[in-house]
Amino acid sequence: MTATQSLRVGDVWLRWLAAASLLAAWQAAAGLVATPRLLPGPAAVAAALVWLVADGQLPLDLGITLLRVAASFALALMVGAAIGIAMGRNRRVDAFFDLWLVLGLNMPALVIIYLCYLWGGLTEAAAVLAVALNKVPNTATILREGARSVDRELLQVAEVLHLPALRRLRQVYLPQLYPYLMAAARSGLSLIWKIVLVAEFVGRSNGVGFRLGLYFEFFDITNILAYSASFIAVMLAVESWGLRPLERRLLRWRG
Amino acid sequence: MSALEIAIRRKLYHRGDAEFEALSGLDFTVPAGQFACVLGPSGCGKTTLLAIVAGLDQAYDGSVRRAAGESRLGMVFQTPRLMPWLNVRENVRLALAPSPSAEGRAEELLREMQLGTLLDAYPRQLSGGQQRRVALARAFVNDPDLLLLDEPFQALDAPTAQHLRELLLALWARRRPTILFVTHDLREALSLGDRVLFLSAGPGRVALDLPLDLPRPRSPDGAAVEALRKRLLESYPDLLRGLAAVSATAESAA
Repeated sequence: MTATQSLRVGDVWLRWLAAASLLAAWQAAAGLVATPRLLPGPAAVAAALVWLVADGQLPLDLGITLLRVAASFALALMVGAAIGIAMGRNRRVDAFFDLWLVLGLNMPALVIIYLCYLWGGLTEAAAVLAVALNKVPNTATILREGARSVDRELLQVAEVLHLPALRRLRQVYLPQLYPYLMAAARSGLSLIWKIVLVAEFVGRSNGVGFRLGLYFEFFDITNILAYSASFIAVMLAVESWGLRPLERRLLRWRG
Repeated sequence: MSALEIAIRRKLYHRGDAEFEALSGLDFTVPAGQFACVLGPSGCGKTTLLAIVAGLDQAYDGSVRRAAGESRLGMVFQTPRLMPWLNVRENVRLALAPSPSAEGRAEELLREMQLGTLLDAYPRQLSGGQQRRVALARAFVNDPDLLLLDEPFQALDAPTAQHLRELLLALWARRRPTILFVTHDLREALSLGDRVLFLSAGPGRVALDLPLDLPRPRSPDGAAVEALRKRLLESYPDLLRGLAAVSATAESAA
């Protein structure tokens, strides 16, 4: 116990050191570049960030993008989990969907996005669907593994106890899938927020991705970096204050 | 009246392409409240028999009838099979329909079984013996009419196993469920049962149905059990050869 705790303290210290060294390297590189426009230093980006936040434009874009992330994430997780669990439980379903999975896993994200926009129009629904479709095969693959590893002996206990379906699901079946659901959520979040930006860049007129595309056209590296920094910060916050505590709670029995 | 009527004509197993008989012509009845031990060498289909009686396995030829109105079943498997994500209290409560009284009942039984200090512990924090005690509590908490136990105390050190046997007998004496107790340990069967059903090597059927009238309490190492065991080994050498070998290795291992 004491050993792991002291290790954790060491980890935190290392994290701060890593952040500081990153900033220092950035500052040094910015000093070496002749034109400040090409690589603005941390101070310039921070100033731009403050201005964008005060202006209200960045919070708005960020909010819209986060809503899209949340919608696609929820959709992808639900559909992917349903398909994956069905595949893990039933050999026929598995055989049938296997080719779909291979196809989905290897389909380039940009192709899915283009097709969704072409078929569905440049709409919000098409954007969310396109992003979700990129994540579904991955979720299904992870949850299939989870459903395959479910302990039949524990299900027999539920059967002997005549547990009603809902209790059986909540107390016997789903807890065995939590590690897999958490893995799917983790990798899903990092995949989805990257793809949302592409979908916004291609076919929306607001959000972080759209704004980055605009700044790209103006060769505005300062604002590109400011937007990226804010978005990364938000995603780190979601991970450390949302997903990680949830995981700790769900998997607390592992100690 | 019988609590349990078992008439299994045939139970086939498929392993790969091969097909073999696990049980064949297995017939017996158990009166209500009786503590019946089922004894047989490994591979004779004891676990299969319990799975059929529990309703977990329905692919067999024959019938298993339980007395009308009796519906509550308790089962203790070879391994404790506790839910690792539920603590001790929640694992036992799993066997009860959720209600405020269920909570008290689970706790009361756990305290009786000297698990009162471990109510909030998770299974991985318990010793093997403690896990089995929790599994026993889970099987007992809904006051079953029929209790099925599948070598519940194997792989435990002798004092722990004996302690759990006494606990089981105490619970049985108080609530008198019908018990089907499967074991391959002759001493254990003789020290626990009202009756011992000897199964033949696979495909299993009843080779000998022996009523026991030894006075209780008995000890698996006591003189009465030992004398009976010797007599049985002399009278039925063929039947008990496999079992005797098992207990002999168990002894030398211990």
